[in-house]
Amino acid sequence: MNTQTNNDDVLIRVEQVSRRYGDLQALDDISFEVKRGEVLGFLGPNGAGKSTTMQILSGNLAPTAGRVLINGIDLLDQPKQAKAQLGYLPDQPPIYRELRVDEYLNYCARLNRIPSSQCKQAVATVKERCGLSEVGKRLIGNLSKGYRQRVGIAQAIIHSPAVVILDEPTVGLDPIQIREIRQLIRELSEDHSVILSTHILPEVQTVCDRVQIINRGRLILSDSIEGLQQRMQGTALRVVLRRPPSLEVLANCAQVKVEDVAPGVFRVCGLGEDLERKVLQAALERDWGLAELSPERMSLEQLFVDMTSLEAAVAEHAGEAAA
Amino acid sequence: MMVLTIAGRELRSLFASPLAWSILTVVQVILAYLFLSQMDLFMLVQPQLLSMEGAPGVTELVAVPLLGNAAIVLLLVVPLLTMRLISEERRSQTLSLLFSAPVSMSEIVLGKFCGVMGFLLIMLAMILLMPVSLMLGTDLDLGMLAAATLGLVLLVASFTALGVFMSALTAQPTVAAVSSFGLLLLLWMLDWAGTNNSEAEAGALIKYLSLLRHFESLLKGVFDSSDVVYYLLFVTMFLVLSIRRLDADRLQH
Repeated sequence: MNTQTNNDDVLIRVEQVSRRYGDLQALDDISFEVKRGEVLGFLGPNGAGKSTTMQILSGNLAPTAGRVLINGIDLLDQPKQAKAQLGYLPDQPPIYRELRVDEYLNYCARLNRIPSSQCKQAVATVKERCGLSEVGKRLIGNLSKGYRQRVGIAQAIIHSPAVVILDEPTVGLDPIQIREIRQLIRELSEDHSVILSTHILPEVQTVCDRVQIINRGRLILSDSIEGLQQRMQGTALRVVLRRPPSLEVLANCAQVKVEDVAPGVFRVCGLGEDLERKVLQAALERDWGLAELSPERMSLEQLFVDMTSLEAAVAEHAGEAAA
Repeated sequence: MMVLTIAGRELRSLFASPLAWSILTVVQVILAYLFLSQMDLFMLVQPQLLSMEGAPGVTELVAVPLLGNAAIVLLLVVPLLTMRLISEERRSQTLSLLFSAPVSMSEIVLGKFCGVMGFLLIMLAMILLMPVSLMLGTDLDLGMLAAATLGLVLLVASFTALGVFMSALTAQPTVAAVSSFGLLLLLWMLDWAGTNNSEAEAGALIKYLSLLRHFESLLKGVFDSSDVVYYLLFVTMFLVLSIRRLDADRLQH
């Protein structure tokens, strides 16, 4: 074992993992790591390999090549020790509908080798954390989808594992529950690593520290949220005026290209050093009634679409070249 | 430890569903009827038996046929109990709970096997209560009864192991039930097929493989360790195959 894997700050290390299903290359040489206290968001279009990655990380699927280290323990060589350190919520919560919530969570606690004297305490704590205290005596099959999802999350964190892997945890929840779950994920990240796959982009911005976009089995972006925000920084200003002049007047004063977006709303392109100052000064001097002046930002959606379609175009080009 | 946890969950789920209760009821009613009619027959022939030398006793005429009939009823019932074990979990995607827990494949398979065996042992205990109740009025040949009971337990364990394997092969419980029932019936009938060409060595071999043949000698009170080893090998083989099958789930799709 080398010194890097002994570094206990890195809880998940994925090294050159590939996975094939017959002829289909589902994952192609993926490497990344997640540190303690980090929430990693996993994004990707349908069929990109998100769930495959989650299944490999949770030990449900063996990779064709590469290796996965959970808290420095190889998932393939020592599966029992590695799995004791991880909690996994698949896209379908793995619940037994015929059991009561208490029975089910008690079973999960014992499956995860919590000593039987501490099981009761662990179940009570996790119910409290996931807002399940009221429904302990009810059959899981009779619960609503949101509550079942919470039971699924409770199952994943009952043994307070070092690594929590959540596959689309907020699907089917109402907005209040979604906020609670996001709060819960933030709390979890204080002493665990969390990997979260989702297709809800704002969720990534509110919950995650780092984002990875996967497409066609390859990582095409891996960046912190701050880095992502810089990428999304546009090269234009959005100006809203209450008493707008004609387009030419505005273009003249800033000496840049100006587009008319809506009545009174302009897009001033070409972000210069003091473009803001120029526009502000002109607006004040000529009394245009400035209502808004802000740098234009690409939305995460836009970035996501750009990244994935760029990748598709490159792949297509490569395909043509090969042909 | 983990095996017991999984087995306990399996038992709990069985008793939480009406299936377990209805199976217990149906088996008990059918066997009670057979037991009573066997008793009637015994009462009828008892005067003649008294005048015979070395006549068969109540154990041979009532208890052993009851256990023999129980074996046939259980041949039908065990596939119904084992069909859901793995296939249902695969279908409702709860298998990932076990796969991502610190539990080995062997523990999963053994846990499932022990869970159903626990249920079947409860059922066998209830069946045995009927012949044992005769001890109130008469003496039983306890050795013979013990051998027959051991035979039935081993036979039922083989049914269960085969059922676990069939359940591991598919995601459809009904497919698992039908295929394990079919295979069990085939293994049962091998004995009859073997009798037709008794001189051929292949016939003898086929006959030897039959589940029924080894059960019959135990039922007669003959404890032959090779019969016991046959059942133990049968159980081990199907459990190992099930473990291999679950491992393959992880490796390829």
